Amino acid sequence: MSKGTLFDKVWDLHAVGTLPSGQTQLFIGLHLIHEVTSPQAFAMLRERGLKVLYPQRTVATVDHIVPTENQARPFSDILAEEMMQELEKNCKENGIRFYNVGSGNQGIVHVIAPEQGLTQPGMTVACGDSHTSTHGAFGAIAFGIGTSQVRDVLASQTLALSKLKVRRIEVNGDLNPGVYAKDVILHIIRQLGVKGGVGYAYEYAGTTFEKMSMEERMTVCNMSIEGGARCGYVNPDQVTFDYLKGRDFVPKGEEWEKAVSWWQSIASDGDAEYDDVVKIDAADIAPTVTWGITPGQGIGVDESIPVADSLPESDRALAQEAYKYMQLQPGNAIAGTKVDVCFIGSCTNGRISDLREAAKVAKGHKVANGVKAFVVPGSERVKVQAEAEGLDKIFLEAGFEWRGAGCSMCLAMNPDKLQGDQISASSSNRNFKGRQGSASGRTLLMSPAMVAAAALNGQVSDVRQILH
Amino acid sequence: MSSEVKTISGTGIPLRGNDIDTDRIIPARFLRCVTFDGLGENVFTDDRASSNGQHPFDQPQYQNANLLVVNGNFGCGSSREHAPQAIARWGIQAILGESFAEIFFGNCVALGIPCVTASPDIVTQIQTTLEQNPDTPLHLDLENLELQVGETKYPVQMNEGAKQSFISGKWDSCAQLVNNTQDIQTTAAKLPYLAWS
Repeated sequence: MSKGTLFDKVWDLHAVGTLPSGQTQLFIGLHLIHEVTSPQAFAMLRERGLKVLYPQRTVATVDHIVPTENQARPFSDILAEEMMQELEKNCKENGIRFYNVGSGNQGIVHVIAPEQGLTQPGMTVACGDSHTSTHGAFGAIAFGIGTSQVRDVLASQTLALSKLKVRRIEVNGDLNPGVYAKDVILHIIRQLGVKGGVGYAYEYAGTTFEKMSMEERMTVCNMSIEGGARCGYVNPDQVTFDYLKGRDFVPKGEEWEKAVSWWQSIASDGDAEYDDVVKIDAADIAPTVTWGITPGQGIGVDESIPVADSLPESDRALAQEAYKYMQLQPGNAIAGTKVDVCFIGSCTNGRISDLREAAKVAKGHKVANGVKAFVVPGSERVKVQAEAEGLDKIFLEAGFEWRGAGCSMCLAMNPDKLQGDQISASSSNRNFKGRQGSASGRTLLMSPAMVAAAALNGQVSDVRQILH
Repeated sequence: MSSEVKTISGTGIPLRGNDIDTDRIIPARFLRCVTFDGLGENVFTDDRASSNGQHPFDQPQYQNANLLVVNGNFGCGSSREHAPQAIARWGIQAILGESFAEIFFGNCVALGIPCVTASPDIVTQIQTTLEQNPDTPLHLDLENLELQVGETKYPVQMNEGAKQSFISGKWDSCAQLVNNTQDIQTTAAKLPYLAWS
């Protein structure tokens, strides 16, 4: 059993009590909601005659269904419009703060909460969305929940949960040029597998994470769930405090000093005990691309698609399924794989630093003929910032489309979808069958810079060669 | 709202494959809804369309099955409760697998659908039995953590908290959680950050 970790400290502080089942009733400090997983939860509350217990601790935005081209209301998709109206109604009736399209604060829920300083160290954060693990970058315990649990949080500000074990994943050393946070997490998932994290919280530690910016840490924590871990976190440090200072919901003045000292106190102790420790050398990480249908099927851009015989026996059936679905030949190099669509955005890689890195690659070049490439800022604030820096112009001149904020083609619940068996280079987080809106659509996950490189060459390319 | 779930009897449906994710269970386009009604008919819709009638959920011999038998890491991916809702609305009341993704497992508890695990050998053996004899009667006993398949009894596992929730009829956590308002307020009062904003 872990002891003295941030996870233990935050868990203990938020434990309301032990339920008859033996589970912990855990207080949730920040509850985020969006249009997809909340309407049924509000309906359940109404059925039971319950009220929202702490309306000020829930914040709403709209992201999954928002069109990124024409955001005028009513939305042309009547189902999407109905979901919007339902969320607007539920927030109004229950006194919940709502960041609507056009407010200047709307965006992907996992982008807007950090950028406004809503997410802070030492909190418990829940949201009806598996990528809630993103918020762990601040040293929070943050995890995704289902709709019945959204109901539970609305009604009681608590959840019934069993405590997780803690695995410390230590990555040390400098990342090579052209290797980004996305490559680090894809590499970790490749090493530990997509179910390696089931039952665990991941603590990301070591000099590699210490040197990362907050946005890079968010990218890593975001994909903890792809490794099976419901939450992942980085201990708060000066990088965290520097990021938070001055943001909308962060304490000011004297309270700021108190906050920082409390935040420091909840970090894992030097002699903390872990259930498991894994060590990885940053120098071993290459720009990574997935070739299959789970995020664990990733390889370095200079490697070949593995042949089934080279894989552990338990992975072979899935590899066969992946070759067939992806229409890729084992033994072939992944570099050079032709792409149809290039998508830069999502809660994994739709922040300003992601757009800057992609723009560096795109600047002065042109998107290859026949490739559809588009950039979707993670929030309205990211969009404004990017435009202030002229990034939109760099992308537009290179032949990328420049869109409004939303989840877009990460999960294609909006008009942005693959068609037929199109293959995409995508900065998002899941390469599942059908994930990007077409039942036969194919997804190659990679960093935003690698997506930009793929767009320019019309094929999977090693971004290190362009950066040189 | 919650009733005791101690045993489930019926017949089984085998669904082979590791890492079957929630996008496959219910594709995102079906999440454009404000109720869970109607999800049952669309469960595994894209997988079924590409299987030309050979998907177990389309095969006539499994149409009355209520116990789903899957392999490893079932339900990985998105937190969408639409996934277990779709499975339940199709007619499934319990799931046996090698392992389950965590959020999916929790969502199933909240809906009163027990997910029990067994070793890969046992799971594969039961899948084979169900493929050869779809009418084999199944009886899941949660109190004794045992699954009877025809005449054979197999040990199954479930974490103690979830098991107790089912057999005591407390799997619907909402009622218990809202009853502890006093303790909730006491905990809230200890959290420094609640006073900041």
